[in-house]
Amino acid sequence: MHSNHTKNELLAISGADIDRCMKCGRCSASCPSHQAMDIRPHQFVSYAADGRVDALLECNSLWQCLSCFACIQRCPRDVKPAQLIEAARLMVIRQQGENYIDPDEIPGLLNNDVPQQLLVSAFRKYRK
Amino acid sequence: MQITDFNPNIVAFCCNWCSYAGADLAGTSRLQYPVQVRIIKVPCSCRVDPLFILRAFQRGADGVAVCGCHPGDCHYATGNYYTRRRMALLHNMLDFMGIERDRMLLQWVSAAEGAKFAKTMTDFVENIHMLGKNTRLADWRVVNAGNNETES
Amino acid sequence: MEKIGVFVCHCGSNIKGNVDTAAVVEQISHVDGVAMAVEYPYMCAEAGQAMIRNAITEHGLTGVVVAACSPRMHEATFRKAAERAGLNSYMVEIANIREQCSWVHRDTVSATKKAVALARAAVAKVHRNTPLHPGESSVTKRALVVGGGIAGIQAALDIAEAGFEVTIVETTPSIGGKMAQLDKTFPTLDCSACILTPKMVDAAGHDNIAIHTYSEIEKVEGFVGNFTVSIRKKARSVDMDKCTGCGDCWAKCPVKRVPSEFDSGLCNRTAIYTPFAQAVPNVPVIDRTNCVKFKTGRCGLCRTVCQPGAIDFDQQDEIITENFGAVVLATGYDTISLDKFGEYAYHDSPDVLTALEFERMTNAAGPTDGRIVRMSDGHKPKSITFIQCVGSRDITNRGKTYCSKICCMYTAKQAILIKDKYPDVDVQVFYIDVRTPGKNFDEFYRRAAEEYGVKYIKGQVGKVVNVGDTLHIQAVDMLEGRHMDIQTDMIILATAIQPSATAKTTAGMFSSSVDQNHFMTEAHPKLRPVESHTAGVFLAGCGQGPKDIPETVAQASAAAAKVIGLLVKDKLMTNPCTAATDEDLCNNCGLCGNVCPYGAITYESKLTASVNNALCQGCGACVVTCPSGAMDLHGFTNRQLMAEVDAICK
Repeated sequence: MHSNHTKNELLAISGADIDRCMKCGRCSASCPSHQAMDIRPHQFVSYAADGRVDALLECNSLWQCLSCFACIQRCPRDVKPAQLIEAARLMVIRQQGENYIDPDEIPGLLNNDVPQQLLVSAFRKYRK
Repeated sequence: MQITDFNPNIVAFCCNWCSYAGADLAGTSRLQYPVQVRIIKVPCSCRVDPLFILRAFQRGADGVAVCGCHPGDCHYATGNYYTRRRMALLHNMLDFMGIERDRMLLQWVSAAEGAKFAKTMTDFVENIHMLGKNTRLADWRVVNAGNNETES
Repeated sequence: MEKIGVFVCHCGSNIKGNVDTAAVVEQISHVDGVAMAVEYPYMCAEAGQAMIRNAITEHGLTGVVVAACSPRMHEATFRKAAERAGLNSYMVEIANIREQCSWVHRDTVSATKKAVALARAAVAKVHRNTPLHPGESSVTKRALVVGGGIAGIQAALDIAEAGFEVTIVETTPSIGGKMAQLDKTFPTLDCSACILTPKMVDAAGHDNIAIHTYSEIEKVEGFVGNFTVSIRKKARSVDMDKCTGCGDCWAKCPVKRVPSEFDSGLCNRTAIYTPFAQAVPNVPVIDRTNCVKFKTGRCGLCRTVCQPGAIDFDQQDEIITENFGAVVLATGYDTISLDKFGEYAYHDSPDVLTALEFERMTNAAGPTDGRIVRMSDGHKPKSITFIQCVGSRDITNRGKTYCSKICCMYTAKQAILIKDKYPDVDVQVFYIDVRTPGKNFDEFYRRAAEEYGVKYIKGQVGKVVNVGDTLHIQAVDMLEGRHMDIQTDMIILATAIQPSATAKTTAGMFSSSVDQNHFMTEAHPKLRPVESHTAGVFLAGCGQGPKDIPETVAQASAAAAKVIGLLVKDKLMTNPCTAATDEDLCNNCGLCGNVCPYGAITYESKLTASVNNALCQGCGACVVTCPSGAMDLHGFTNRQLMAEVDAICK
């Protein structure tokens, strides 16, 4: 099985308290990119609870999450699935050793129509 | 005394209606808090004479907590308001006497707040650990005599 | 020479598991004044109590210390045991080594040390105890019930039937409460009005019951057996004695667009109104904020048409003051605001209803005469979707942390009612868990699913969008792991319930406490579920915690039984732990009288303060205030508390 170290790392980075989850599914029901996800937000929490972190690091959902935080806003238990997903992305990035976007490129990408949050997650997600 | 083997002595005055019941609830909920905390029951926090607190410090207490009902919820309507004023003055007096004011804690704990009681005590004892032994007010004739002294 | 006996309880393994009781006995037996110390598995059991009684006679004990559970559990038990053996019951002290020691510390060595310290403190205190004798106080043989819902009505009827006078105080214009708004009741589908209105009429017609509707508690003084309560009777603008309830006034009232509170805002009422047809009393009130006469001075149509001349625009609030021996608080519940739940489109679409609104709609006496229609276009819906746990079990600042308890069952009920009326309507329920503990409850819920074909989907709705004339739902089916994008015609939200807004202030006026959710706290969660922390004040209904009608009625009757048990007594024993002045020390400065919340201290002799034991509740504020040390509190004297401090610090 997978090492606890990785699960603890995921939880430490995310700051999410997954034990609070009561499996209502409101996170996945709220997710605008659910159709493109192989592991949905509520499943993401279950995977993390099971310690199946490797599967999370390999899944497609990491790169489909829009970081819109609807799941965090709607979660009645304050579990913060989006932060969990962000933490998993960060773990992938750290394994690779670099961000997808060079910080110097950011000013050129700034645009009033683009939420800054999107840029922050784009750091992890896209290779230019 | 080394800080490592410092075993603080904590006296907690709890009012019968709220905080003592809150402490009981911490018990029935099995919420752990430091063993150094020893509770004295008083009918209302306003029964706590500042002299009791000074006496505790004199006899070797390292911290004294006074817990009562939340303002507005006092079983006796206004008791905890008196407590709040008295303890504010006592804090000033402790400053004047050169005793760390953090050695005396005033906190409101309702009968439903077992978790708050446990956390308050845990945090308080941690603070007392940082402050170390109460040496300023301790009456060393009494403290050193320890158990040899016949009870007064 | 003091002879103190120390009795250490094991409480099975509750204490013994974490405290070396033998060591406690060993160490405490060497303390000055301790004549004997023993341990026993269950001190509160008859054999344990016998042990205490025998020891008192055999050893001639002058004081007893029981190291056991919290005094809130068994202090009274052990005091009685001592009394039976001829020792004054106030010569008994409890060392709380269970709730405040064995249960909160895992390390046996340090827990044992603490247990010894607590026992030593109790011994030190009991050394300075003096025999105390309770006084007596009279009992006003009348009861007050705050809240006129089913809890209040039931409690009042039970108390009245036992022969005591009861006064019901209700804030709205009629008694009946939330139950009057309901259509049917689970799990039997009794018609709510059919079982409630006879009780309302019984209450109204009962010789022993006085009902003050449209009234509020203004001020409370006194204590168990002798409460003095001021009740504000808000100006109704209608003379209760003259009004015949004919209805001419509200038929003619030109203000017709005030959302009806009783119909959950689904329809409007007039400015002069009774909340519903079966209102008790059947006397309207004028809602002064909406009445044209009160807003502009011109109108007065109701007065013109009222034949008995009952309309009185000059009526003022009236404050009446009455005495009561006991009080039942039955302040009830409200649903939470949905302002923070924008995702359910409650404010965007008239077809998204709360369950209470739907209850009015399905009620034959309701705004749609019981027809289930879309409020937007008046059409019958083809599909109806229920969403559970809206704001319940929610630890964020949007909702309530607790389960509202009634929603699973009323949702099953409402789903059945829909299917009963319109078998062709699709009904689905999004749930997290279906909770049905209760007699015939699970069977009822299964009937909804099995007999009526209500579709239960384990999952939640993430978002509702109002598109044209349909509601689009984005949801998840957790069991299939399937995303659902569906359309529905009507949505019913199982909104969390919370104590009514007045619960906290009402409880406060009676010195009774509320928890973090503002539910009133019972004296003991298991053994004293209908008593508040204040003697003589009892609790019933949802003000104490979420509960359904059967539980509410049971609790109300239990509270009534407690009230009756109190009112049948001619005299109550008063707490002897009151303050007293040492006349040799008192210099009559008057400070103690200023801090006494009960006005128990007088200076009639002009030489010293004197305490009225019947009024003193024993808080001790005066003792600490007294600059000359003349005032002291029986049972918690300066010497006793100092001795405890010394013993603990040793």
